[in-house]
Amino acid sequence: MTKKRNFSLLSHRAGAAFLAPAAALVGVFVLLPFFWVIFVSFTNRTLLGKTALSPDFVGLQNYFQLFDPATFFTRGQFGFSLILTTQFVLLSALVGQALLGLLLAWLMQTIPPALKRIVETAVIAAWILPEVVIGFAWFAFLDYDNGTLNMILRGLGLPAGDFLLQQPFWVIVIFNTWRGAAFSMMLFNSAFASIPPSYFQAADVAGASSWQKFRDIGLPLIRGHVVTDLILITMWTFNVFTPFILTNGGPSYRTELLSIYNYRIAFREFDFGKGAAVGVIIMLINLIFALIYLSFGRKKAKAVEE
Amino acid sequence: MRLSFPQLLARIGFSALAAIIGILFALPLIWFIFAPFNARAELGIAIPDPWTLQNFLTVFGNGFAMRGLLNSLIQSVGGVILVAAAATLAAYALSRSSIPGKSIVTYVLLLFSSVVSGTAAMVPIFLIVSSVGLMDTHIAVILVFAGGLLPTAMFILRDFIDGIPKTYEESAMVAGASPVQAFFDVALPVIRPGIVVVVVWAFVNIWGSFLIPFILLRSDDLMPSSVAIYSFYSEAGTPIVTLLAAYSLIYSLPVVALYLFVSWKFGFRFFGGIKA
Repeated sequence: MTKKRNFSLLSHRAGAAFLAPAAALVGVFVLLPFFWVIFVSFTNRTLLGKTALSPDFVGLQNYFQLFDPATFFTRGQFGFSLILTTQFVLLSALVGQALLGLLLAWLMQTIPPALKRIVETAVIAAWILPEVVIGFAWFAFLDYDNGTLNMILRGLGLPAGDFLLQQPFWVIVIFNTWRGAAFSMMLFNSAFASIPPSYFQAADVAGASSWQKFRDIGLPLIRGHVVTDLILITMWTFNVFTPFILTNGGPSYRTELLSIYNYRIAFREFDFGKGAAVGVIIMLINLIFALIYLSFGRKKAKAVEE
Repeated sequence: MRLSFPQLLARIGFSALAAIIGILFALPLIWFIFAPFNARAELGIAIPDPWTLQNFLTVFGNGFAMRGLLNSLIQSVGGVILVAAAATLAAYALSRSSIPGKSIVTYVLLLFSSVVSGTAAMVPIFLIVSSVGLMDTHIAVILVFAGGLLPTAMFILRDFIDGIPKTYEESAMVAGASPVQAFFDVALPVIRPGIVVVVVWAFVNIWGSFLIPFILLRSDDLMPSSVAIYSFYSEAGTPIVTLLAAYSLIYSLPVVALYLFVSWKFGFRFFGGIKA
């Protein structure tokens, strides 16, 4: 039997040949960039001029610049973007998407199927449509003179507002919540579906309210899915570039998330060295989340085996 | 089961709440139902009077816009073919050969692909692409997408292939087939549903993507729709609303069609994994 288990259909050589195209692509466009960006972050490389061809090694200078306490918290600087991004992730992903997704998934368990399908379609449409289309839809939606939102506000006798100028940060928070809630909803939906219906029926017989069922049966049983969801949406929201399409990072840097800041430094000001340093920090933060996620997934896999 | 009065009330309340949330989600998109068919569309919601296809005709007559759709198609199809082919071969090798350390490989690749993403990855990718002289080409966009999507595609397919019994290929080899024949003639047809999943997922990802072509391309005649759509803005930055609305609708159609195809073929739950 042991012999049989070791038998493999592909020889090492054939296996290596099958792996080669993928290995080359991933090697050049995923692994190499990871190390390249670290290297570039220690140089003063630019797009044009003398330092484009022969950049100097500058040590940690780019990093010192990013963490310079004199300008750290200034608008348009690294620290400002970092804090803004943290708030953005907390509010739009962890609070907005996760809670709204959880609420929607729970509602879906009890509402009539026809209504369920309509609501799901609206939530999922927000998620699958291309980002530039969504960006333009919101631009029209928020327009001061004719936009749907202000039309409704005026109709209700409430003051209209030019929200992209007055409250740009809250606009991108609500925008990202709206855009991404579908994923959490679907994940929690399938998590709730995996709970044996008899649990809920027993609770019904005992006369439990929906809130009690949610708190005492639903939520504890999908705890693992909640953790998975929180880590994934945190990583995606942390790297998201879509708000750029809506606000360009403005007005006056008020929506300049770390990804947009990185883009401006590298591809508008063409300071590749400093841009690479920002990239390294973003990737380190990504790495921490990814490791937490993988170790959590392993633990869960082990628990299932046992 | 009969519902008690409070239960009935709760159920009505739940339905009402769900309906309100549904309406809030639909609000920013309702505009798209009307504006493309209104020759005098503005940013406000207005029922077209009369309904017309004039905006679409104008878009079809705009060479740059149509070129954008063609470029999106070239880049998406190119990327999809590369991802599907390379991922199938690699996933098969990881599942069926006994190369040492293969179980680690998938995890490490997944780790890297989620770390090296977004704008942070664009600085080194920009430098690598320009140092090999591929700046401003379709090939660059296709290769970069393929590299980024491959780890997840390999992960999906490997899971899929691991679930297929080896005896299929073994019996073919007993009958005298070579390993390569066993792969192409026996394994490949069985893996096909998994490949369909990867193809749809990769297509939707590349078709809708903005950042990578935005950074790697310069020439107007290479831009995919996601970037070309900005040609419908006047010099002052004000949008030409009628054309933008119609073009957005055309550009969204493939994604919507694929979504309907997937939910018809695989059911709702699969879509949880379709967007990385």
